[in-house]
Amino acid sequence: MRKVRQMAALLVVLALFGVMLGYFTYRPSYTHFPDDKALIKISFITGGQRVGKCIRRTRAQLAKLPPHKRKVLICPRERYPIHLEVLVDGQPRNQATVRPAGLSSDGSSKFYRGLVVTPGRHVIVARLIDSGRTAGYDFETRKEIALTPRQHFIIDFQRDRGGFIFR
Amino acid sequence: MSWLRRILRAGFVPFEAGLDKLVGPVWNPLNHLGALGFFFYWIVAVSGIYLYIFFDTGTTAAYLSVEYMTHQQWYAAGVMRSLHRYASDALVLFMVIHMAREFSLDRYRSARWFTWVTGVPIIWLVFAAGITGYWMVWDKLAHYVALVTSQWFDWLPIFSESIARNFINPDFIDNRFFTLLVFMHVILPLILLAVLWIHLQRVSRPQINPPRGLAIATFVMFVALSLVQPAMSQGPANLAEVPGTLKLDWFYLAFYPLFDIWSPGAIWGVAGVLTLLIVALPFMPPMKRLATAVVDLDNCNGCTRCVDDCPFAAITMVPRSDGKPYEREAVVNDKLCLSCGICAGACPTATPYRARSRKLVSGIELPGIPIAGLRDRIEALSEKLDGQNRVIVIGCDHGAKADTVSSTSVATVSLPCIGMLPPTFVDYILSRGLAEGVVLSGCTEGECYYRFGIEWTEARLAGERNPKLRTAVPRERIAKVWVGPGGNRALATAVRDFQAGLTPLPASKPATEGKPPPPPRKYEKAPDEAALEEKAGGDA
Repeated sequence: MRKVRQMAALLVVLALFGVMLGYFTYRPSYTHFPDDKALIKISFITGGQRVGKCIRRTRAQLAKLPPHKRKVLICPRERYPIHLEVLVDGQPRNQATVRPAGLSSDGSSKFYRGLVVTPGRHVIVARLIDSGRTAGYDFETRKEIALTPRQHFIIDFQRDRGGFIFR
Repeated sequence: MSWLRRILRAGFVPFEAGLDKLVGPVWNPLNHLGALGFFFYWIVAVSGIYLYIFFDTGTTAAYLSVEYMTHQQWYAAGVMRSLHRYASDALVLFMVIHMAREFSLDRYRSARWFTWVTGVPIIWLVFAAGITGYWMVWDKLAHYVALVTSQWFDWLPIFSESIARNFINPDFIDNRFFTLLVFMHVILPLILLAVLWIHLQRVSRPQINPPRGLAIATFVMFVALSLVQPAMSQGPANLAEVPGTLKLDWFYLAFYPLFDIWSPGAIWGVAGVLTLLIVALPFMPPMKRLATAVVDLDNCNGCTRCVDDCPFAAITMVPRSDGKPYEREAVVNDKLCLSCGICAGACPTATPYRARSRKLVSGIELPGIPIAGLRDRIEALSEKLDGQNRVIVIGCDHGAKADTVSSTSVATVSLPCIGMLPPTFVDYILSRGLAEGVVLSGCTEGECYYRFGIEWTEARLAGERNPKLRTAVPRERIAKVWVGPGGNRALATAVRDFQAGLTPLPASKPATEGKPPPPPRKYEKAPDEAALEEKAGGDA
């Protein structure tokens, strides 16, 4: 009889535990991103231009080198940092300069930023400098877009495809 | 850290006591947290294998296959999915409670540091395995989890490409990603199992299966919950949209909202500091250790009882080194020994009946609490006892405080663990007329600080485990009170009730008013004494 009573009590205890388990597995809900906003995500990875110019070795220079070191084009490794500006409706919303990765600054620069905006029409301007220039931009794109609530709008950049890509 | 242990302990005590009262110590889930964790793991594993049969890898196929399982095959795969989820959630919860409880009971320092520290990667692995599981469903929650987790990992300077970039546009993700996810979701639990095995390496006779009744009841609860509230997806992932309002699984994802407040670097910092802190806890400060058990080869006949009874696998048998005609001898590993003294309680030579002509030393004992000293102390205490119903209470340092019940008719002795008491001492007290009754007190049943003290004591008294209490010893003169550290009042009540029911010993003269208690009778050998002496080389 004692065992039966204890088992009944155990089932009640476990039922309460099950209620707790069932509740917290779905509740309370959490709002990660509000319904009345949209997100412009700047996401790309690209390498800046090389800081120094490549040097072409002469035949005489190559002949002096051991066979396994006879590389014709010698390029310095270091790259320029990437400077990025994004304007939304004429207002600068993101300005960043990202150094190349790597100990020798010869890697790519990685961008992953989010800009929260209100849904609706916006004029986006994206500018990028990858050559270390001090005046003007190497790439610039302007586009008018219409964003829906919680839309994930992507600003991508691919040099071999002409620069900025808006998705 | 003792203040934190006290606070946590105060929180646990009412729950433990309440559950002990309601469901009994055997079915109290708090007494089987680790074993239930294992049980949940196996539920997750078996249900996961079934789900894997129907799971498709692919950006659209993954979600559709899970939907098929949930709706078309709700009676089998749907229930399995829910079991998979709820058992995983319970695993997280029990893992956290298990850790907090072991901490509150101070069962993580000294030689237990290894078990504690190897538990830390288990935490990471459980979360990693669970979180990769959420990705596989590829619903809106999966999208959120994928985005947040990958942004967190992108902070580490070890990835040349951005992982999070894969989850911001439908064009960036391909089907191979799901193959990788399946691999991760299989390999992580397997690694977890391997670490669990390491986790238990320094635990002798680990309890990895809960009592059958508790396991069945828990499984029934999971099935009922799966039918009442089946696990559901939250709509297919849409990478062109930012995940909005979500039904989070707070057991696994409770810390995810922090990513919306803190930077990934800050969260890595907090996670790293917390991990290091948990790892360092056993050494903040290290526990003051009693001298560990010592083997006396002159009295050790290699019977292996100490090896069988040691809860921490601290004793091994090795070939004999002293030329005595026994095959093996016991050796104590000081690094594993927690000085509980259970080995001394198991030793056949640890008997107070042994001849007084030679110094009483048992085959294995704690240098700080020698068996000879225990005999002398009990005899000395007995001489001071007065009254009709004299009782000797032998308690444990981790249970109710024995000295709180001391009086003119009640003498008390406290040992590191009640399992340290050789049953012959009970025999000795009663047969020598040192008291009319003996009370054995310790931790709560099923919750011995040194794991097996109560279990071995019960078995020895019941004659089911060596060294056995002689059947001739009157059991009605022995009381057992397993009430734990918060049970001082319960111990006092039990002792009072026990005393009230005692009658004078027939073979001894009860102490009378104004007269000192009778001197101990001439020491005789217990029936098996001569045999023991022979076995122990004539010295026992």
